[in-house]
Amino acid sequence: MLEFAPLSIAGVFGMMPAQLALSAAPLARLKPLDIAVIAIYFAMVVWIGFYLKGQSNTSEEFFMAGREMTAWIAGLSFVSANMGSLELMGWAGSAYQYGILATHWYWVGAIPAMLFLGLVMMPFYYVSKTHSVPGYLKLRFGEHARILAAISFATEMILMSGVNMFAMAVVMKVVLGWDITFSILVSSVAVALYVGLGGLRSAIFNEVLQFVLIWGGALLVPILGMMQAGGWSGLKTKIIANMHTDTYFHLWRDTGHFSANPMGVHWTGIVFGLGFVISFGYWTTDFLVVQRVLAAHNLRAARMAPIIGSFFKMAVPFIVILPGLLGLVLLQNSDGSRRVLVGEDVVKACSVNATSSGVEDAAACSAEMSKTRLSPAYQQRVLSDAPGSELHSYNEALPLMLVRYCGPGLLGLGITALIAGFMSGMAGNVSAFSTVWTYDIYKPLIKKTGSDSHYVMVGRLSIMVGVAVSIGAAYLVMHAHGIMDYVQALFSFFIAPLLGAILMGMFWKRATAPAGFLGLLGGIVTSVSLFVWVKLNPSELATVALSSDAKPMAENLYRALWAFLTSIIIIYVVSLFTKARPVAELEGLVYGATKLPTEEPVPFYKNEYIWAVLVVVIFAVLNILFW
Amino acid sequence: MHGSRIPIWFFIGVLLTVYGVLILGYGIYETVSGNYPPQVQMTDLHTPVWWGGLLAVIGLFYLVKFRPGRSTK
Repeated sequence: MLEFAPLSIAGVFGMMPAQLALSAAPLARLKPLDIAVIAIYFAMVVWIGFYLKGQSNTSEEFFMAGREMTAWIAGLSFVSANMGSLELMGWAGSAYQYGILATHWYWVGAIPAMLFLGLVMMPFYYVSKTHSVPGYLKLRFGEHARILAAISFATEMILMSGVNMFAMAVVMKVVLGWDITFSILVSSVAVALYVGLGGLRSAIFNEVLQFVLIWGGALLVPILGMMQAGGWSGLKTKIIANMHTDTYFHLWRDTGHFSANPMGVHWTGIVFGLGFVISFGYWTTDFLVVQRVLAAHNLRAARMAPIIGSFFKMAVPFIVILPGLLGLVLLQNSDGSRRVLVGEDVVKACSVNATSSGVEDAAACSAEMSKTRLSPAYQQRVLSDAPGSELHSYNEALPLMLVRYCGPGLLGLGITALIAGFMSGMAGNVSAFSTVWTYDIYKPLIKKTGSDSHYVMVGRLSIMVGVAVSIGAAYLVMHAHGIMDYVQALFSFFIAPLLGAILMGMFWKRATAPAGFLGLLGGIVTSVSLFVWVKLNPSELATVALSSDAKPMAENLYRALWAFLTSIIIIYVVSLFTKARPVAELEGLVYGATKLPTEEPVPFYKNEYIWAVLVVVIFAVLNILFW
Repeated sequence: MHGSRIPIWFFIGVLLTVYGVLILGYGIYETVSGNYPPQVQMTDLHTPVWWGGLLAVIGLFYLVKFRPGRSTK
């Protein structure tokens, strides 16, 4: 989800706010000051786009931001590309449901991979001077592997951009009551303008802007919430009193068995599936995030960028997970009683009939509500559609908390942060699409020899076309909600096999070109097959996840693990039977065959290893503290 | 980032300053008039005043430090 990864990671796991029910009344009403705050943001992004147009004339400037970003800009952009609004809302809702177990997606599901990218993998991406991850595959495994990765990635980016667009429109509809078409058109025109004009540099600038806005707009919620809840100890006491369990405060203690925790996951799935395959796959091979680091102005900056990003990544639970936990005890109904949030399926089952009072299907609604913590009295009020008896889903936890503490101006800032998150997600999708389309599809397959300005023009056009196709994808998703699941699953099909191919290619000199292509293809086929198998026979989830107690969350983790293993086994076996390239040809591409450039000595406070050690220490302390 | 180009931090400074001034201004009006939005909690803390002020101070710092024409290297 995590936007995709983030969308990716979070989205894949079915927590998309895009599935919010549309029938409820808006959560908030904006005042003129809020509208002004939002309008100023749009004016700013368009201004940035026009300003940067003059600095995006060559292909290196347009697609790679001139490779002159500092470590801080690349690092903030890197982590921001993964901080879309879907993840923020989705994981706040998950924290409401599952407690701090959701934090795994920010800590073990990100930090080790980010450090690995910075310290181990970045030199190979950077030294090879590739423009993209598929471009690295071309250098290492040849054209077939590149084309397969490029087409799958480009397709995924366009569909994801459409999903982002639609999700934003739905969130704006639910939170503010805005018309869906209005939201889609305004956001797509703004994104097409600023990315089309300024290229990757513009996308990166807006991601840094989004990062600041998210902290500026969302940080108040946990600060005020903690004050109202009586601090951490007060929050714990209240949650234990309400929920009669302390499982909400443990990261690892209850993961010894699938049934011991509300998420239905086992620590092996978290460590190997999430912490290794999914996390490493996303953070080290997804071009959407890697592109930000490739734009750094030198190798040291490229290595520092993910390390800087990892500090902020570790802090994100403060503005995402904590509001979800606070929502458990602080959210109130209009009569002052504790508000209980429910799943999207319950909200949908209890949708109100527009022509008569009461819910459309009382029996279905009643059955769904009986599985929740809603009090019997409140359930009766919902059934009769009594005033103030509306249902809200888990995914609305963050907006509800925002509305609770933010008046005019501050609410506009919070909403702007959400809009910025969605728009920079779309901008990331289309800018990565444009680079891969131009360098890895158009150039090798359609026009091999063109001038530099020709490829910049193709890049700009591909952004316009990409946004237009995204609008089509958004409406497709709107009219066939089931497609959303498949679009999100699409991401998970490629991520694990790609990781297998990149790792084998980067760290094993013997890996051959046919093996790389077949391993990638075999991993994708495995992932798709497992997905279809469980879709057709839901009971087979127990086989894929190795336990009858496993829940859908576990399936994603294990499916990724099996696809990854398939990929590396195929690469290993096929390599043994095919001819390897001479080691001399692997210079700059493979560990052990590459002489890395020596870097100038720097003071200890600029040394990437010192900062990486600090990250490891903080990471370990946090995991022990919340064990 | 380099030379005479406008760095991203300047744009951030502009945005935070404008937002900070707007929110601080509203916070002062709210405090003086006592006209608090009914659905908002903990209004006695006067959040828009100090949060708006903080945004404005941070914004002004970036605005001045990274203003165009000033070397930021």
